[in-house]
Amino acid sequence: MGDNGSPAGKPGAKRRFRIWRGDENGGDLRDYTVEVNEGEVVLDVIHRLQATDAPDLACRWNCKAGKCGSCSMEINGKPRLSCMTRMSTFTEDETVTVTPLRTFPVIRDLVTDVSFNYEKARETPAFAPPEGVAPGDYRMQQVDVERSQEFRKCIECFLCQNVCHVIRDHEENKPAFSGPRYFIRAAELDMHPLDARTDRREYAQAEQGLGFCNITKCCTEVCPEHIKITDNAIIPMKERVVDRRYDPLVWLGSKIFRRGQEPQSTAGSAGKESVVHSGVRQVGVHSHGGGSGDPSAEVQAQKGVNWHREVPHPTAPAVDASGKLPLTELTFDRAAAPSPFGDDVTFPLPPEHLNFAHPSQDEKH
Amino acid sequence: MTTTTRIERHHYDVVVIGAGGAGLRAAIEARLAGRKTAIISKSLFGKAHTVMAEGGAAAAMGNVNSRDNWQVHFRDTMRGGKFLNNFRMAELHAKESPQRIWELETYGALFDRTKDGKISQRNFGGHEYPRLAHVGDRTGLELIRTLQQKIVSLQQEDKRDLGDYEARIKVFSETTITELLLDGDRIAGAFGYYRESGEFVLFEAPAVVLATGGVGRSYKVTSNSWEYTGDGHALALRAGATLINMEFLQFHPTGMVWPPSVKGILVTESVRGDGGVLKNSEGKRFMFDYVPDVFRKQYADNEAEADRWYADPDNNRRPPELLPRDEVARAINSEVKAGRGTPAGGVYLDIASRKSADEIRRRLPSMYHQFKELADVDITKEPMEVGPTCHYVMGGVEVDPDSGAAAGTVRGLFAAGEVSGGMHGSNRLGGNSLSDLLVFGKRAGGHAASYTEQLASRPRVSISAVEAAVETALAPLQRDTGESPYTLQQDLQAVMGDLVGIIRRQGELEDALRRLAELRERVAKVSASGGRRYNPGWHLALDLRNMLVVSECTAMAALERQESRGGHTREDFPAMDPKWRRVNLVCALDGDTVRLTHKPLPKMRPELVGLFDRAELAKYLTDEELAEFDALTEEER
Repeated sequence: MGDNGSPAGKPGAKRRFRIWRGDENGGDLRDYTVEVNEGEVVLDVIHRLQATDAPDLACRWNCKAGKCGSCSMEINGKPRLSCMTRMSTFTEDETVTVTPLRTFPVIRDLVTDVSFNYEKARETPAFAPPEGVAPGDYRMQQVDVERSQEFRKCIECFLCQNVCHVIRDHEENKPAFSGPRYFIRAAELDMHPLDARTDRREYAQAEQGLGFCNITKCCTEVCPEHIKITDNAIIPMKERVVDRRYDPLVWLGSKIFRRGQEPQSTAGSAGKESVVHSGVRQVGVHSHGGGSGDPSAEVQAQKGVNWHREVPHPTAPAVDASGKLPLTELTFDRAAAPSPFGDDVTFPLPPEHLNFAHPSQDEKH
Repeated sequence: MTTTTRIERHHYDVVVIGAGGAGLRAAIEARLAGRKTAIISKSLFGKAHTVMAEGGAAAAMGNVNSRDNWQVHFRDTMRGGKFLNNFRMAELHAKESPQRIWELETYGALFDRTKDGKISQRNFGGHEYPRLAHVGDRTGLELIRTLQQKIVSLQQEDKRDLGDYEARIKVFSETTITELLLDGDRIAGAFGYYRESGEFVLFEAPAVVLATGGVGRSYKVTSNSWEYTGDGHALALRAGATLINMEFLQFHPTGMVWPPSVKGILVTESVRGDGGVLKNSEGKRFMFDYVPDVFRKQYADNEAEADRWYADPDNNRRPPELLPRDEVARAINSEVKAGRGTPAGGVYLDIASRKSADEIRRRLPSMYHQFKELADVDITKEPMEVGPTCHYVMGGVEVDPDSGAAAGTVRGLFAAGEVSGGMHGSNRLGGNSLSDLLVFGKRAGGHAASYTEQLASRPRVSISAVEAAVETALAPLQRDTGESPYTLQQDLQAVMGDLVGIIRRQGELEDALRRLAELRERVAKVSASGGRRYNPGWHLALDLRNMLVVSECTAMAALERQESRGGHTREDFPAMDPKWRRVNLVCALDGDTVRLTHKPLPKMRPELVGLFDRAELAKYLTDEELAEFDALTEEER
């Protein structure tokens, strides 16, 4: 182990850094030459600068182990935790440029005012304990808590918030948009087996601005905890919200019955919704990316909606040669984000293309 | 001088300093008691060092082994602390921790589950039964996030009822308290600064709860974050409270030693609880050579039995890798000193050869992740390189066990969590700190609230005290002749790491005290360049005097205690001495100087002594105490 460390930083090698210094009135990149030892990370180098050339260089950090999410910054333009960015990932002659998070107002140097996030946290309705269940009597199955546990891994580094193009460089969207961190919070509570509230998704749509998100997956890409923010939280939340909003039967039901009595996901049942009824021999044509040119789908549409068609399992997104998701704001060939569904799809989709299994119909089946 | 009238003032009933587990739990309790509560956090809300706790929270819920109960937990805690614990704290802790854990579920916590849907519990060093409620290996994060979200939910209630989120509970993030202010012998408030703006802030409050954590930044190799500068310990001393057991520091046996950038960072004990073994450079599983006599009955002396224990704990003795932390740390230290260490000065912790890669990734997800990302080491394929790292201070503010009220001459001051002393005796068991935070955080918050209620008049902050605090805080910025705070911190760390480390000797401790006295002169003249806005150099300059006074307490107490026990090992007095078990070393400030006194330990109640068998007690108690015990059992017959 001791000998498999990267050769990039020979003991005492001098490396070039450019670090943004300044405050809300402006600032600039300053050049530093600093010693880098084998096995060090960017935060070590910043600490060395503080102890030598720049004692008042402002930077947040706490645990230095990738667990507290304090030391978020942009390193060579990429949002990263500086304690988890090894110097060996740069070539020896590369200048490392370190700048503060761009989405939040600068306080000084690498420290930004992240209070936006705490405000959004405060607006997200808290866990609602189930009535009549005493402390100590909570019973949940591991398989059911695991879905929410993924989102509770979040260390609140706010890199996802920083990279989200809805608010990055779009100050005007901030009031109406909570950001990926709070979408996973809503999803976490939605999937919590004992949470007593049933309107998490509607809330996400109506109050958190879930609809602004067009699934570019930048948040997933930067998450140091590797939470599948888009695939496991945002898309399921969006789809279920879409179900409610556009499904004609649910719409009719919500008109006939009072709102709130419509079929809801309750404790432990969230998992069932995605059950695919394998006995059904229906050819699945559902595709997010497909247009409406599919003839069998047209035939199907004439017959009415078949709730028991096979819907595809969610799959991991394709990655490029470097193991990254292919879509990034930084490399995309046009301003703003592409439609995550493909450019040839128009909305609303025909009902048979929706990824939805009707709960009451399924029961009868 | 800045005029004190321009300082931002706030009025609260209870001010909680520290926003880790203990602080947040105390604040919740004070707010639930209807007090207007402020939480002061040195970093952002939710970043406190509690997030680093990995293994779990010990509570005798009996979910995995129904034979577990509070008496067994109490016994384990006393054993782990080598009977130096404040027995009443250990008792309250063992009795109340299950409720505190269950309560977290009502706040939204999601612990890992047993098959029947209860909270799962895992094995851990020093605990007789599987006892640690956990969430993978990120239990601390779950705990802090849960408490953070509970505070948010209380704020939402206040918003609904009173129109303002911050009507009754407010978090002051990135704010440091530099001084507690007194009115006679009563707490009147706290003075500090916003890190962001450098502006001063004054909290007028009759009750203060200290929950500032530990002192690890005074050591070179530490798992602690920059916040751990002993602020609460020093604030308490300066306000007239006392510290106990400051000689006892826990060195976690398994900190990363490679690569250098992450030196000190912890490898959770769960790696060993789940089957990981320690090997020296010769490939020998050396822990079998280090089982002390007092533990022979519980720990296996051969590999076969130790390996059987994981599957059948009822009929086999435990693997020696699960000995209490002090024993394991000393064993590793001895192996390295004997020349059987790794190139980086540690030993190997091997789980790769004992569990399947899938199982390791499932049981230890963040360990796997941490090693992969930080060190480019795949723990499913190769062993980790680990060694002792400064982890936890057992010593702290001497408190009333039931209320958390600080002893000494001050009223209205409470302490909970790592900053308080007594609960863990000479050595803390893994998993007992998270439950400690909850049990005593709640108690301190509740008692601080009731203290404010019975006050006849509100204490007043004196202007002169505020002026003095302003002057002290600005001094480093106004000097330009002194040394850099970073240099001074490095020198302090060198003194503590080299001379007051794991193994201590009289000569070195005396030397340490001389050097600390020199450092005191230098720290008094420290200068910080730059302005007041988010200036880490200035912040460190102000923290230094806290680190220094706490280090002096540690060095003095370590020199005084002539025995080895738990987190205090004297090479010149290698054995435990029952006479010293009856003594707590108490530090107080006399002007600027630390004064050390001996104080007898409170006597354990008979029914609690009766939980132990005589053979075990004989290892710890003096003959005189044993005779008393015998008389007692005689009576019962």
